[in-house]
Amino acid sequence: MSDTHAQTVPFVRDTMLPQAAPPAGQAGAVRWLRENLFSGWVNTVLTLLGLLALFVLVKEMAPWFLHSVWNANTLTECRQIVADRWGPDATGACWAMIRERWPQFLFGFYPSNLYWRPVTALVLLFVALAPVLFPGVPRRLMVFSVLYPFLGFWLLWGGSIWLPVVAILGFVIGYAVWRVLQRRSPLLALLGGIVAALVWWLFLAGPVNEALTSALPLGLEMVRSDRFGGFVLSLTIGVAAISLSLPLGIMLALGRQSDMFLIKTMSVCFIEFIRGVPLITLLFTASLLLNYFLPPGTNFDIILRVIIMVTLFAAAYIAEVIRGGLAALPRGQYEAGNALGLNYFQAQRLIILPQALKISIPGIVSTFIGLFKDTTLVIFVGLLDPLKGITDAVRASTDWKGIYWEPYIFVGAIFFLFCFGMSRYSMHLERRLKRDHR
Amino acid sequence: METIERAIDPSHMKISDEIAIQIRAMNKWYGQFHVLRDINLTVHRGERIVICGPSGSGKSTLIRCINRLEEHQSGQIVVDGTELTSDLKNIDTVRSEVGMVFQHFNLFPHLTILENCTLAPIWVRKVPKEEAEETAMHFLRKVKIPDQAHKYPGQLSGGQQQRVAIARSLCMKPRIMLFDEPTSALDPEMIKEVLDTMISLAEEGMTMLCVTHEMGFAQAVANRVVFMDQGQIVEQNTPREFFNNPQSERTKMFLSQILGH
Ligand SMILES: Nc1ncnc2c1ncn2[C@@H]1O[C@H](COP(=O)(O)OP(=O)(O)OP(=O)(O)O)[C@@H](O)[C@H]1O
Ligand SMILES: [Mg+2]
Repeated sequence: MSDTHAQTVPFVRDTMLPQAAPPAGQAGAVRWLRENLFSGWVNTVLTLLGLLALFVLVKEMAPWFLHSVWNANTLTECRQIVADRWGPDATGACWAMIRERWPQFLFGFYPSNLYWRPVTALVLLFVALAPVLFPGVPRRLMVFSVLYPFLGFWLLWGGSIWLPVVAILGFVIGYAVWRVLQRRSPLLALLGGIVAALVWWLFLAGPVNEALTSALPLGLEMVRSDRFGGFVLSLTIGVAAISLSLPLGIMLALGRQSDMFLIKTMSVCFIEFIRGVPLITLLFTASLLLNYFLPPGTNFDIILRVIIMVTLFAAAYIAEVIRGGLAALPRGQYEAGNALGLNYFQAQRLIILPQALKISIPGIVSTFIGLFKDTTLVIFVGLLDPLKGITDAVRASTDWKGIYWEPYIFVGAIFFLFCFGMSRYSMHLERRLKRDHR
Repeated sequence: METIERAIDPSHMKISDEIAIQIRAMNKWYGQFHVLRDINLTVHRGERIVICGPSGSGKSTLIRCINRLEEHQSGQIVVDGTELTSDLKNIDTVRSEVGMVFQHFNLFPHLTILENCTLAPIWVRKVPKEEAEETAMHFLRKVKIPDQAHKYPGQLSGGQQQRVAIARSLCMKPRIMLFDEPTSALDPEMIKEVLDTMISLAEEGMTMLCVTHEMGFAQAVANRVVFMDQGQIVEQNTPREFFNNPQSERTKMFLSQILGH
C-alpha cells in the first residue's frame, strides 16, 4: 500500500532475469545432510545413536568376515589356520565348508553325474519366464512358457518322454472338445472339456503311455523324489506353487465375489479354512493323511503332494489380496463393461482383473516371497530343505561337526537374492503399469 | 436459459412411427423401497427425450433399467423389439443396441483412449482390429479429440474424458443412446463442449434419453421433457409447453427452484 507500490502497478518486464544458483548451503550434500540427518536436536541425537550402533555392529562382525578361510578340509583345520594367522583368540568364518559342500546345498542328493539336468531346467525356466515378465520379449516365446512345466518336470524327474507328452495330450483333447461344444453352450463346452481331459488322464493316458514307451523307449534316467534336496527342492516347490497359486487365487477371489450361492460359500469356506490352519498342518496332512484317503497302492509323489498343499495355502492368501484389489475398483467399471455388452468373463478379463491385479501386485508378491521362504518347512515331512535339512546333513559329517553360522549365512544369502529379485521386479512392474498421471 | 436457441427446428424433426423403447406398467423396488412406480413410457425412433426431476426421484434408476444395469420387478420393457427378461441373450442383444454415457465417464484407466473405443467392438461385435480402430478414429474425430488417441484417460480433462466416453459408446453403432447426467461432474467451461457433441448427435437423428439438469439443452434439442418425482412420471410435454406452461404443482415448484426464480 506504499506510494512506491502504487507507482509500480502498471509494469511490463522488458528484460528476463537469468537463472541464478541457489545460495551456498542450500544445495548439494550439505543441504541434504542438514535436512535429512541433523534437522533439530532430536534428529541429531538419533543420527548419532544410529551411527554408534552401526559402528559397534561392524566392529564386532568385521574381524569374523575379514578372517575368512577359503581353503581347508575340515573345521578343525580352519580353526587352526585362523589361530595361526590371527592369534589364538581370533575368530574367523570358515567358508571352506561352502567351497567343499556347495553342490549339496544346491542339489541335495541328486546324482552328481546328472547335475546338468536341474541346471538346464533352471536356465530354461528363465527363458520361459521372460515373455511372461517382460513385454519386450517376442510373444511367440509364450508357447515355450506353456510347455515348460512338462519339460521341467521331465528334466528333473526323468523317465519316459511319453509321460509328459500324454499329459499334454489331455489338455489338447480337453481344448478340442471345448472348441467343438463352444457353439452349443459355453457351460456344456466347459464341462465337456474337463470331463474329456479327465477321462483321458485317468483311463487312457496310462495304457497309451505304456504302449508308446515299449514301442519307442525314449527317456532320461529316473531320479526318485527322495534324492531331491537343497535349492533344487526349494525352487521346484516354490516355482510350481507360485505359478499354480496365482490362477487358483484369482478363481477363488472371483468365486468369493460371485452371485452364485454355492460357489460363493465354497470359496469362502475354503479360504477361511486354509487361512485358519498353519502351513505345517497342511504339510503333515500331505505326508500322512493323504495316504489314508488315497486308494492303497497308489504311489502319489511326496513332492507333488507338498506342492499341492503349498499351492492351496498360498492361493487362499492371494485370493484375499486380490479381493482387496477388486473391492478398490469403482462400481462404474463393471457397469461400463456391462453397458458395452461385454459378458462376465470378458469384463473380468479385459477390465476388472487387469486393474485389480495391478493394485494387488505388492500383496501378491509378498505372498510369493513368503511362500518361497516357507518351502524350508518341508523339513518337517522329511524332505531335505536347504536351510535345515542340508545344513544338518553337513554338520553331521565328522569333518564339519560344530560349524554354525556359515551354512545359515550362505543359505540365507541365496534366499535373499531370489526374494530381493522378486521384490525389485514387483516395483518395476508397478512403475511400468502406472497409468494415471494425476 | 432463454438465450439458447433451438438447435433443432421442430418442424424438421423426423420421428418415425417405429417404436424404439416401450415401457409398460413397470415397477421396481430396492428391498422394501418402491423406487419406480407404474412407469409407462413410449419412445419413438429419432426422439430426443430429456428426463428431469428432483434428486432421488428415480431418474437414473429408470434409464439404467433400459439396459438392465438394474432389474425391474414387474411390468414390461421392450427395447427395439426385444423384451428385457432374465434371458441373458436378450440382455446382450439390448446392451449391444443401447449406448450409455455415465456421470463419472467410467473410462477404463488402464487402456488408451483408442483401446477404450475398440475394446467392445472387437470382443462383442467381433470386428477386426484395424476396422475397429478406423471406426474409433472416425468417432474420435467427430468428438474432436483424434490427437489424444494414444493417451490414457488420466491424462485428459474431464470434458475430454466425457467426449471419449461418448465416442466409445458410438463405436458400438448403437441405435439408442442413454445419458445419465453427462455434464454434472464437469466444470462450467467444459459443459459446453460436451453439450455440443450431444447436440450434433441429436442432429443426426439418434434416439436419445438424457437425464440432465441443463434446461438450456432440453429446450434446444428435446422433443419431449419427462418430469419425474418420487419414482413416478408426473408430467411429460414438449419443451415449450413444459417450461412455459407447466401443469402440475410439483413441476411448477421444481422449475421455480431450478430456474432460480
Ligand atoms: N442400490 C440401491 N439400493 C437402495 N436404494 C437405492 C439404490 N440406488 C438408488 N437408491 C435409491 O433410489 C432412489 C432413486 O435413486 P436414483 O439414483 O434413481 O435417483 P436420481 O433421480 O438419479 O437422483 P440424482 O438426481 O441425485 O442422481 C433414491 O432414493 C436412492 O436413495
Ligand atoms: Mg442420478
